Amino acid sequence: MQDSAAEVVIIGGGPGGYVAAIRAGQLGLRTVLIESAALGGTCLNVGCIPSKALIHAADAFHSAGRHGEMTSFGLSVKQVRLDFARTVAWKDSVVNRLTGGVAALLKKSGVSVIPGMAEIVDGKTVTVVTAGTTMSYRARHLVLATGSVPQAIKTLPFAGNVISSTDLLSLPEIPARLVVVGAGYIGLELGIAFAKLGSNVTVVEADERILPKWDTALTRPVARRLEELKVSVITSAQAQGLTAGGESLLIEQRGHGLRELPADKFLVAVGREPRTKGFGLERLDLAMDGKFVKINDRCETSMSNVWAIGDLTGEPMLAHRAMAQGAMVAEIMAGKRRSFDAVAIPAVCFTDPEVASVGYTPEQAKMDGHDVKVATFPFAANGRALTQMDDAGFVRIVARASDHLVLGAQAVGAGVSELTSSLALAIEMGAVLEDIAGTIGAHPTRSEAIHEAAFGALGRGLHV
Amino acid sequence: MPVELVKLPDVGEGVAEAEIVEWHVAVGETVREDQILAAVMTDKATVEIPSPRAGVVVELGGELGARLAVGSPLVGIRFGANDDVANDKAVARPDGRALANDVPVDPQAGSLVQAEQPYDRRPNDGHPTNAHRNGAAGVEVKLAPVRSIASPAIRARAREAGIDLRLVSGSGAAGRITHDDLAGYVQNRSTASAGPRIAQRDDSVEQIKVVGLRRRIAERMAESTRRVAHFSYIEEVDVTALDELRKQLNARFAGSRPKLTVLPFVVAALVHAVCDFPQVNGTYDDDKELVSRHGAVHVGIATQTPSGLMVPVLFHAEALDLWTSAAEIKRLAESARQGSARREELSGSTITVTSLGDLGGIATTPVINRPELAIIGVNRMMIRPVWQGDQFVPRMMMNLSSSFDHRIIDGFEAAQFIRRTKELLEAPALLLVGN
Ligand SMILES: Cc1cc2nc3c(=O)[nH]c(=O)nc-3n(C[C@H](O)[C@H](O)[C@H](O)COP(=O)(O)OP(=O)(O)OC[C@H]3O[C@@H](n4cnc5c(N)ncnc54)[C@H](O)[C@@H]3O)c2cc1C
Repeated sequence: MQDSAAEVVIIGGGPGGYVAAIRAGQLGLRTVLIESAALGGTCLNVGCIPSKALIHAADAFHSAGRHGEMTSFGLSVKQVRLDFARTVAWKDSVVNRLTGGVAALLKKSGVSVIPGMAEIVDGKTVTVVTAGTTMSYRARHLVLATGSVPQAIKTLPFAGNVISSTDLLSLPEIPARLVVVGAGYIGLELGIAFAKLGSNVTVVEADERILPKWDTALTRPVARRLEELKVSVITSAQAQGLTAGGESLLIEQRGHGLRELPADKFLVAVGREPRTKGFGLERLDLAMDGKFVKINDRCETSMSNVWAIGDLTGEPMLAHRAMAQGAMVAEIMAGKRRSFDAVAIPAVCFTDPEVASVGYTPEQAKMDGHDVKVATFPFAANGRALTQMDDAGFVRIVARASDHLVLGAQAVGAGVSELTSSLALAIEMGAVLEDIAGTIGAHPTRSEAIHEAAFGALGRGLHV
Repeated sequence: MPVELVKLPDVGEGVAEAEIVEWHVAVGETVREDQILAAVMTDKATVEIPSPRAGVVVELGGELGARLAVGSPLVGIRFGANDDVANDKAVARPDGRALANDVPVDPQAGSLVQAEQPYDRRPNDGHPTNAHRNGAAGVEVKLAPVRSIASPAIRARAREAGIDLRLVSGSGAAGRITHDDLAGYVQNRSTASAGPRIAQRDDSVEQIKVVGLRRRIAERMAESTRRVAHFSYIEEVDVTALDELRKQLNARFAGSRPKLTVLPFVVAALVHAVCDFPQVNGTYDDDKELVSRHGAVHVGIATQTPSGLMVPVLFHAEALDLWTSAAEIKRLAESARQGSARREELSGSTITVTSLGDLGGIATTPVINRPELAIIGVNRMMIRPVWQGDQFVPRMMMNLSSSFDHRIIDGFEAAQFIRRTKELLEAPALLLVGN
């Protein structure tokens, strides 16, 4: 066994781990990053990036197809074809370009990247078996960034045609019939994309409605679009397992009894689980928070100089949270004083239309005892939305009634994911409604709806 | 309404118990979510324990000075909806021995004074992940700590400076803290002055329990004098040249570099002297009968703080130039005084310097910071007549009062070490020619 010493050893090269490594390297810490699969983790390889690439291709194909008949603005397209093999190759090229970029950045920051599966020996030592030899790495700081894996359903284990989001993203061809179990963001993003690519999609959800963690006002435009796309949605229904031949999914819907849903592929997208097993984490006997590793606002675990970041540490399981934690931990290890004190972490559903939320929803604000003013502005009254022939959705702002402090904002509509950064900025800066109303935005843009919503909340709406 | 026991959380690495050093609440008091309930102290760090919810305190887990095991009950809180609690009057203080179900909480009897409503800004939304849910409806709301409203840049500035933003009042819209508010707070804090003194007979007797840092200091000092064979050695140093050099450097680099006091020079002299007498820069594990000699010179800087003596550490003094060392000493002293020094900054020294500044007296007998072997005390500088050949001349003089662990360091070695230090301080140019 060979030994090597470093200041920092990071396990996992996802957005949490690789950002921590780059920043630690920049700050002059001798850093080793261990990754058993591909750099970039879930996000770059089987999550955010490939899913958004596929969503883009599906959107382009679908909107071109809709123009088979003459559109109101005079465009018609004959014979739209999609070569799915090329779509997949293009998606892979995007992924490769980004993971290659991550590798280059790590190199530039002087990080040693070790391919292989890390095994934790103790709070300072990790071993990796590569090409038959075992290397042992000892460090002052150990950063856990092992991320998460798709959660399975006991009665419906991943095998054969029962697939996870990872598998769906690498299918060589478009399944004719796709059943999606779970109508959360991953299930719906992918379900909608495949519906647009031509699959006949059915979504099964145990809750009473789709996107159960978001309020109905926000999800209604998505439900409507699902209808337009002829996606059947079965709510209040539990998946029971495949039928004997494996051709159908057996579901039980409250009030309707058992039913069979035949399909070619069954996507199980019921959430993700932190990856805490199989690499010796139990040896550290860290304090846990349910299934997750427990951390404080400095991402410290219960053991000193052992840090944990990203999906492993709980909700929201999102790439941007992992990255922010990674950068912060690197700075703390380099001796700076930092803590994770973001007021709001934006969340986006890249469905059609997109749904975005930052900070409090009205309901949450009320549950927390705030007296709030809520104002919405519909895209139906927004010039830009009309010129884009997609006026579904709205922007909503939630502010404290007493002093107009902006507590939260939500939006649903085409491209609203891009509004989240200004909404988050407003909340982090402690903006009041008057600040938003007093900021001039460019016309015509969708972001004018934010401005107009603030006007509305102040009782001086202009365009409604 | 249910009673919740707030347990003593795991406050840090392998700590099994902590001592209650301050109660911020009393039985019967209405508390807001995140209001500080108590301060507990572990090895060196003091940690404030906030209330997880709004409610009424029905029991305290121990007296001041009690040591509690991690996980044992600290405070019992009867909680209710925010509104109820906000309207609760401070209730009469019952004998809160048992987790009384009998604390009178009557929302109707409330005064019209609304308790200050905390502003809970949720740190995040929780991404609506696609968890498999069995029909549980609604949105999860996690309550977040009460926070001050300030931009991320201001929050970062405050954190760097060790300032709790909750203490700063904001002048901006919705009480937002501006850069000026923060600057104003910092200034006020440093110029807070004592009030006028009134001559008056006072026969009161106040008994103060020795707890927290003071208890820790008391234990350490006794331990140190009990276990170490102290001997002190006092020597006179002519610092006329040093004082001149210091003044010149300060004038030359005014504004562009940190101001130099005598301390960084003393540190530099130690670093040089330790090269010749490495045995002095060591620690002694008397249980194992093992002396460790350290290559690094981690200089403990004994610092007076409002809560007592602390020794923040100037790490790797051997690698610092005068100005970096000056700036770091200043920063350490400030963070120790503000109580914001990190735990890592308070341990690991290999030799200690103590200085009472202008108060420094003529001679002192410093107590060794066990397990170190030496402590160098800096006495006050003053002009004294010195006989030079045929006459007295006024010279700037300063004594060094140092203690050594006689179990390990012999008197002769100590004397040589101090002589070397003296030479360096008397010819301070040597300190500038690099390490
Ligand atoms: C389909 C899908 C879509 C998504 N879309 C979005 C989105 O739009 N926006 C968003 O913010 N988030 C999205 N996410 C979530 C996002 O991908 C995760 O939050 C993010 O990747 C978490 O980063 P991480 O660094 O914590 O872990 P991961 O990205 O999971 O990385 C962990 C890495 O650790 C490695 N590893 C684990 N154990 C070991 C070991 N013992 N030794 C060596 N290596 C190890 C793994 O191979 C992996 O590469 C999506 C996820 C999925 C599945």
